[in-house]
Amino acid sequence: MIPAAGPDVAAAGVPLETPPVRATSLLRRSLRLWRTRIGVGLVGLLVLLAIVGPFVAPYGQSAPVGAPNALPGGKAALGTDYLGQDVLSRLLDGGRSILITAFIATAAGLIVGVVIGLIAAYARNALDDVLMRAMDVIMAFPQIMLALVAVAVVGAHAWVIVVALALTTVPRIARVARGAALPVVERDFIACAEAMGVPRWRILFVELLPNTLGPLMVEASLRMTYSIAVIAALAFLGLSTDPNGANWGTMIYENQTVLPIQPWGAVAPIIAIALLTMGTGLIGDGIARTAAGIDRSRGGE
Amino acid sequence: MLARIRWGGVPGFVIRRVLLGLIVLIMVSIVVFAATQALPGDPARAILGRSATPQSLAALRLKLHLNQPVFTQYWTWLTGLLRGNLGTSLAAQEPVTTLLRPKLVNSSVLVAVSAILSIPLSIAIGSWAALKREKIFDTLSSNLLLVLAAIPEFVVAVVLVLLLATTVSHVLPAISNIPPGSGPWNYPSALVLPVLTLVIVVAPYVARIVRASMIEVLESDYIEMARLKGLPERTVMIRHALPNALGPVFQVIALNLAYLAGGIVVVEFVFAYAGIGSALRDAVLNHDLPVVQALAMLIAALYVALNLLADVATIMVTPRLRTRL
Repeated sequence: MIPAAGPDVAAAGVPLETPPVRATSLLRRSLRLWRTRIGVGLVGLLVLLAIVGPFVAPYGQSAPVGAPNALPGGKAALGTDYLGQDVLSRLLDGGRSILITAFIATAAGLIVGVVIGLIAAYARNALDDVLMRAMDVIMAFPQIMLALVAVAVVGAHAWVIVVALALTTVPRIARVARGAALPVVERDFIACAEAMGVPRWRILFVELLPNTLGPLMVEASLRMTYSIAVIAALAFLGLSTDPNGANWGTMIYENQTVLPIQPWGAVAPIIAIALLTMGTGLIGDGIARTAAGIDRSRGGE
Repeated sequence: MLARIRWGGVPGFVIRRVLLGLIVLIMVSIVVFAATQALPGDPARAILGRSATPQSLAALRLKLHLNQPVFTQYWTWLTGLLRGNLGTSLAAQEPVTTLLRPKLVNSSVLVAVSAILSIPLSIAIGSWAALKREKIFDTLSSNLLLVLAAIPEFVVAVVLVLLLATTVSHVLPAISNIPPGSGPWNYPSALVLPVLTLVIVVAPYVARIVRASMIEVLESDYIEMARLKGLPERTVMIRHALPNALGPVFQVIALNLAYLAGGIVVVEFVFAYAGIGSALRDAVLNHDLPVVQALAMLIAALYVALNLLADVATIMVTPRLRTRL
C-alpha cells in the first residue's frame, strides 16, 4: 500500500505520448488479460458479498448467538467472536460501509483532481504553479495521517473520513492528470480548437480529458485500492464511524487478541480485505499493461 | 514563480528546490495550525468534551493561548516549534518534546532497519527479474509482488502474527514491548515482526519500479554497445545499467520512506511498539492536540525533506537530466 509515484517518475525518462483512448475500449482490451479477469472476478465477488450479505446473514450483526470465542460448528458456521456474536453474520455485514465510503471518497477525489490537473496543464502559467504547489502541501501528509488528524479534530463521522480521503486523493490524481495532459496541450488539435473559438471548458473536458484517460484509469484503480485500505485501517485503529457496527477492519482489531483461541474472527475479514485489495490491484495492473501496450504499438507505426 | 526562474546548473536547481520546500513547509504549518487550533468552534470544548466545566474550559483556553488573536497564536506556536518547544501534552502533562523523543528514536530505528533491508533486497529482485525477463523467476516474482503490493499493511502484520507468533507457531513475540529508557536495539526479537511487515509492504513496490526501469535501460543502445564491446555481463549490469536505472528509483524510495512514516502508525499499533505511530493513534483518541500538531508537522517535514533529497539525487545520477538544467 504505497502512494503511487507521481508523473515525476515518468518525467525522468522521455515524456510519454498519450494516444487518445476510449475508456470502454481500454477496459475491453484489458479484459483479454487473465490478471484483469481475476481482478474483476474477485472485486465482483466481494461487492456481491457486501451488497447481498446483510440480507442473507443468519443473525443480526450484534446479536449474541453463543459463548464467546466458540470454534466453527453448530449454529455459527465460522464460530463466534470475542463477544459471542456470529462471525459469519458480521463478515456479511462488514463490507458495505467500507466499499461505499471508499467509492464515494475516490470518486469525489477523482473528479476534483481531474479538474485541477487539467486546468493546471492547460493554464501553463502562474496558476499552474499555484495549483500544483497547493497539491504539494496536501501531498506532504500521508493519507492515513491526514485522516487521523481530521478525526482527532472533528470526530469519527462518515463524512469526515470521506472528505479526508477525497482531499488526499485529489493531489495524486491531479498530478497524473496534469502529467498526462501536458504533452496533449502542445498538440495541433488543441491550437485548432482554440482558433475555432471552442469554449475553454469544452477544450478541457471534450478535447483534453479523453486523451488522458489511460493513465487516469490506472491511477483511479490504484486510489480505490488505497481508499479501501485506509478506511479499513482507520476502523482497525479503533476509529470507525460506528464502534459497535460490523466492519472488516473493526473485526480484525477486536479479535486479534483472541487469535490463539478462535482465529476465524480475525482471519475471515483478513481474507475478505486481502481479496478485495488484490482484486482492485490486479484490475489496475491489467489496465496499466493494456494502456502501455497501446502506447508501444502506436510508437511502432 | 520560483519554478520558472532559470538559474543555471546544479547549485541553482538545489537552491530553487530548497526554497520551494520551505514554502511548502510554511504552508503545511499554516494548514496544521488552522486545522487543529484556529478552526471555527472551540478547541477547548473539542478537547475536554461536552461534560467540561466552565472553569476547566477557561483554564485550557488560557493554556492554549486561545484568548489571543489568531495570528499571535500562530506566531507563538511557530516560533516555539522552531526553538524545539512543542508545547505540553494535554494527556500526559509533560512537554511534547520529552514525551516524543524516545518514541522518535524507536520509530527511526524501525524505519531505518526496514529501509536498509528492503531497498537492496528490492533492487536485487527487480534487477534479477529484468535480466531474466519472461523467465520463471520473473513471472513468479512479478505476480507475487503485484499481489503483495495491494495488501494493506495491517493485514500483512496480523497474518504474520498469526503465522509466527500465535496460532501456527510461536517463534516470535506478538507484542514488541520496548521498556521506556531502553533502546530497541536491546530487543532484536521485538523488532523482527514489525520490520518484516514493513519490508513486505515496501519491497514489492520498489522492486516493480526497479524492474520496469531496468528493462528500459537494458533495451537501450549504450547497453547493447557495452555488450558488443565484450564486457562481462556483471560489469554491464553494475557499471552501466544499474546507475541509469536508479534515477526513477530514487523518487520511489523517497516516496516509500515517506510512506513508512505514515505506515508505521498502523504497524506500530499492531505490535504495541512504542513509537511515534502509536503515539499519534493515542493522541487522536485522547484529543491531545499539541501532540497531534507536533507529529503532523514532523511527518510532513520528513516528507518534504525526502522529496527534496530524491529530486537532487535523481539529478545527480542522471546525466541527461543534469545537462538540461
